[in-house]
Amino acid sequence: MRHGLGVSRFVIWELEIVMDTGTLIFILSITIQSSTAVLFATLGEIFTERSGVLNLGVEGMMLMGALSGFAATFYSHSLLLGTLTSLGVGGVLALIHGFFAITLRANQVVCGLALAIFGIGLSSFLGRPIIGRVGERFVQWPIPFLQDIPFLGPVLFNQNPLIYLSYLLIPSAWFFLYHSRPGLNLRSVGENPGAADTAGISVIRIRYLWTIFGGMLAGLGGAYLSLSYTPGWKENMTSGQGWIAIAMVIFALWNPWRAVLGALLFGGINALQFYFEARQFTLIPSYILRMLPYLFTIAILVIMTRWKTVRKRAGAPAGLGLPFQREDHF
Amino acid sequence: MAQTVIRMERITKRFPGVLANDRIDLEIEPGKIHALLGENGAGKTTLMNILSGRYRPDEGEILAGQKPAKFNSPRDALESGIGMVHQHFMLVPNQTVAENIILGLPSPRFFLHRAKVEKEVEKLSRTYGLSVDPQATIDELSLGQQQKVEILKLLYRNAETLILDEPTAVLTPSEIEELFATLRNIAKEGKSVIFITHKLEEVMEIADRITILQRGRVVAHLTPEEVESRRELARMMVGREVVLKVEKEPVSLGEVVLELRDCSGFDERGHQAFHRITFAVRRGEIFAIVGVAGNGQSELVAAIMGLRPMSGGELLVLGRPLRKGASPPRESVGYVPEDRIGMGSLPNLDLVDNLILTSYPQFCKRGFFRKDAARKGVEGLFSRFHIMAPHIHALARQLSGGNLQKLILARELSKGPKLLIAEQPTHGLDIGATEEVWFELLKQRETAGILLVSGDLKEVLSLSDRIGVIFRGRLMDIFSTEDEDWIEEIGPLMAGVRQERKR
Amino acid sequence: MKLILERRLVPSKLASWGGVGFSILLALIMGGVVFLSAGANPFKAYGVMFLGAFGDFYNISEVLVKAIPLILCGLSIAIPAKILVWNIGGEGQLAVGGIGSAAVALFLSPFLPSPLVLPSMIIAGFLAGGLWAFTAGFLKARMGVNEILTTLMLNYVAIYWMENLYFGPWRDPTGTGFPGTAILPESAWLPRFPETRIHLGLVFGIVAAVILQWAFFRTRWGYEIRVIGENPKAARYAGMNITRHILWVMFLSGGLAGLAGMAEVSGIHYRLQQGLTVGYGYVGIIVAWLSRLNPMAIIVVALFLASLLVGGDQLQSVMHLPSAVGLVLEGTLLFFVLGSDFLARYRIKLSAGSKATKDRHFPS
Repeated sequence: MRHGLGVSRFVIWELEIVMDTGTLIFILSITIQSSTAVLFATLGEIFTERSGVLNLGVEGMMLMGALSGFAATFYSHSLLLGTLTSLGVGGVLALIHGFFAITLRANQVVCGLALAIFGIGLSSFLGRPIIGRVGERFVQWPIPFLQDIPFLGPVLFNQNPLIYLSYLLIPSAWFFLYHSRPGLNLRSVGENPGAADTAGISVIRIRYLWTIFGGMLAGLGGAYLSLSYTPGWKENMTSGQGWIAIAMVIFALWNPWRAVLGALLFGGINALQFYFEARQFTLIPSYILRMLPYLFTIAILVIMTRWKTVRKRAGAPAGLGLPFQREDHF
Repeated sequence: MAQTVIRMERITKRFPGVLANDRIDLEIEPGKIHALLGENGAGKTTLMNILSGRYRPDEGEILAGQKPAKFNSPRDALESGIGMVHQHFMLVPNQTVAENIILGLPSPRFFLHRAKVEKEVEKLSRTYGLSVDPQATIDELSLGQQQKVEILKLLYRNAETLILDEPTAVLTPSEIEELFATLRNIAKEGKSVIFITHKLEEVMEIADRITILQRGRVVAHLTPEEVESRRELARMMVGREVVLKVEKEPVSLGEVVLELRDCSGFDERGHQAFHRITFAVRRGEIFAIVGVAGNGQSELVAAIMGLRPMSGGELLVLGRPLRKGASPPRESVGYVPEDRIGMGSLPNLDLVDNLILTSYPQFCKRGFFRKDAARKGVEGLFSRFHIMAPHIHALARQLSGGNLQKLILARELSKGPKLLIAEQPTHGLDIGATEEVWFELLKQRETAGILLVSGDLKEVLSLSDRIGVIFRGRLMDIFSTEDEDWIEEIGPLMAGVRQERKR
Repeated sequence: MKLILERRLVPSKLASWGGVGFSILLALIMGGVVFLSAGANPFKAYGVMFLGAFGDFYNISEVLVKAIPLILCGLSIAIPAKILVWNIGGEGQLAVGGIGSAAVALFLSPFLPSPLVLPSMIIAGFLAGGLWAFTAGFLKARMGVNEILTTLMLNYVAIYWMENLYFGPWRDPTGTGFPGTAILPESAWLPRFPETRIHLGLVFGIVAAVILQWAFFRTRWGYEIRVIGENPKAARYAGMNITRHILWVMFLSGGLAGLAGMAEVSGIHYRLQQGLTVGYGYVGIIVAWLSRLNPMAIIVVALFLASLLVGGDQLQSVMHLPSAVGLVLEGTLLFFVLGSDFLARYRIKLSAGSKATKDRHFPS
């Protein structure tokens, strides 16, 4: 963190805020760090829902990803192995959900909730032995040259590798979704599975593929928490970020760039909360600060839903949550 | 690609409770337009779904140019040059024409190359006279244009055999002419066209070959020259003499039961669905609104029944104005919806629960619900309306489609409504059931005023006393069925062409 | 040989309930695997669990105690689920119900005659939970906001609020035991069956289940609920006011969970304290779904799941296995039941190839 950068002034709604630039950079930097777990999970769920599958089990997958990532790293001393493990565990859990939702055509809401409960419970159960242990963690890797860019440099380019991964993932996801054939196939499957099927696309295969992918990213999001943000394992350490990610998918209108916006807003609230508590602002009691992310999520849900009714086609993939059976489509 | 003869031999297909195709033999010649004629439910769509690879036959085989062909998916069929345009288009609404056309193709493999594809699509559409903007998104296009996209999809994939399932159902008369011209072009290029329909006029106009299906079996293979009259075709389709005219007894007119003054409303997407509609229906008459599907009729009926809001105008039901957000009393207003099974039935509840769906308040006193009273109330309906069911507490999903429709009709008619709204009441019914429904509707005139919404001109002309033609949400004209001159105008009116006439 | 999936015309009731039984068996086997992986003898573990739940009179009574919030939370989830509305906010509504009833007990009871304290607490708990859920219901009914997410978010809000209350303004000045409020006056205690911790809340749960079961088939409300749940389009077609139903159902649902909170506060802990919310709202989902949303079945299933939880607690003290195994078993069970649902709706047939199939003519 650099001091002596002077002072930043900005005005929000006639309220003038004067802040030490160093502090502002610090807050923004924390914002990015606080948003990354949700960002991974949201991105994953976007892909899953785009294929027409609703996976509410994100919270469970994130927790299991956090636990398995940390445990693997703790015992193997390899962060890489830990990360890969979290991807695998998230993927396997999502595969279970996929099996029930896609092949057995069970109610996707209940399936997802079952997965969440299962993941929460299983992670508590298996995680007992390593609560409080200390293991390796991802540290900041400042990127030379880039980090010297005034203002944005220290915010964006003095972060840990997983965050850099997210920088690569988002534009790739966007390009993939809208400008590639597999992305076109994915979008069709979610929007009109009957049409995709008739065109020879395997609806089932695509749904499985992107459901598993979504689970992998959720697991990665969890691993980010246990290997970087709040290192170590604690029961229920995601504190609902999995559920928030599901709400963020709606806010993002199933678009990767907007997911970034949503995640940053969430991260921003967390950073502010952190800042206020550190500075001991007694204006807003700490329990209300802790509630803010959740109230905020409700607020954006309300805004998004009202806004949707005005916009023409800003909706969920039309086939979301509905099982697909060729002979049902006469 | 050599033009091959496609043969289907002894094709058989079963669904739970139904034998859809029964040992069907069919031969398709290149360069010809082959009509597959039959009533609703005769098995035509099923047969073509098998040919196009969507379904697998339980028995029988398909031969393409002497070689047996096994299609496990529509993609396989397309590789053999066979493709189908379904009644419900297989298009992805929020994607562009170009994206829809290349959906599922092996190349381009990864990057989409939009500009190149759009150019190719434009070239193809000019060749066959199908003009569509490759960059438009599907939900911006009319149904006729969407159909063109479907056809282009097949042509882009070098289909040699094109199957169209009831293509004219959603077209205006001029669009139908365009389509026929396109099909003739396609046939001239040496491709085969299979045309599924139940409309006799179309068969006579466009077909080079005719195959008639009845209840899953082939009844005849003909050429148009061999057909003596439409009456004969109808008889072969149905299996008995078809009475095309209906006995209508005169009934005296009573009070106004439904009145619309300057009513306007929007559709789900926010476009204007209907605009300043004014008409009235009296007890004792059948007033029909006729138009091609998608011209605002559905939204209008939904608005009358309180299922959609109206943006303007006055609506009076049974003499009383209906406030915004209110809906007409279901005890005295009967409504047979177009989407009967989706909207009008409860598949997993029993028949009693289904039969009281719109009249249950009469079996509820002070919040309590008396199932036994309900059962007694509806027992008589089964015999009166010839509804076949295993037993009174069977689930609605156990009934066949035709019986389910009869159940819904029975429910709406038996409550003795003063106003009856019937949307496409005989859609999907065979001739026998259609006659029964017509008979019931005519009988209801004694106690009710009937609003009939239909796209079937024959039905409308047979049953109604007055007709209103709807086009793009406007009532083009209202006239009595006694007026022979106006009857000729219905076609053009449905397409939006209004003649200046001396009265 | 091919596996063909044929949709059944009528979902098979036998397969439906048989599937539940089969799922229980499969889940127990899975649980055995989990025990093995934790280094424990599965048979011994199940033995400990069984004795822990049914071994003696006191254990059985504890099962009943745990079943009380499960019945109420299960009902809380089942009712809206019948019209495809998902109230996942049981935890928060329970907490808020606890807050409301504790508030009455701590601050109003000095001004009320003793016999009125408990009824006031019941009303307060019900109202508090009901309003909490009603908020989410209102957002859904009027604005179409996804109720799964709003009820979930409100859980966290409620729990933070509750924590603040018993760590802060309502903190017990004598500061003994768990963080929480002062012990409530005796007029605020739900009577218990002698020698056990089974309190009057059990009656609430059973009475509620019976009334609801009756109401579904014998009242106008019940008929409308069944229609809406079966086909909302048909319900609108029939002129039913779905919005009003969503609102009432959510209120009722939250009220039941709030009642569970009141019962825990007033019947078990005798105060508002940490540990009030232990996941009953989530287990309630499992209860509701395993019972196929049938209120009478909820009573039975709640007892069964409570026995798993109580048995699981024993595992912790006797075999030093984390008690969360109960929750794991229940999650597994839910999955298997979901799978068995499939068997009820589809028939699996083996086909030896198309030529061998005989001709069958179905009556149309």
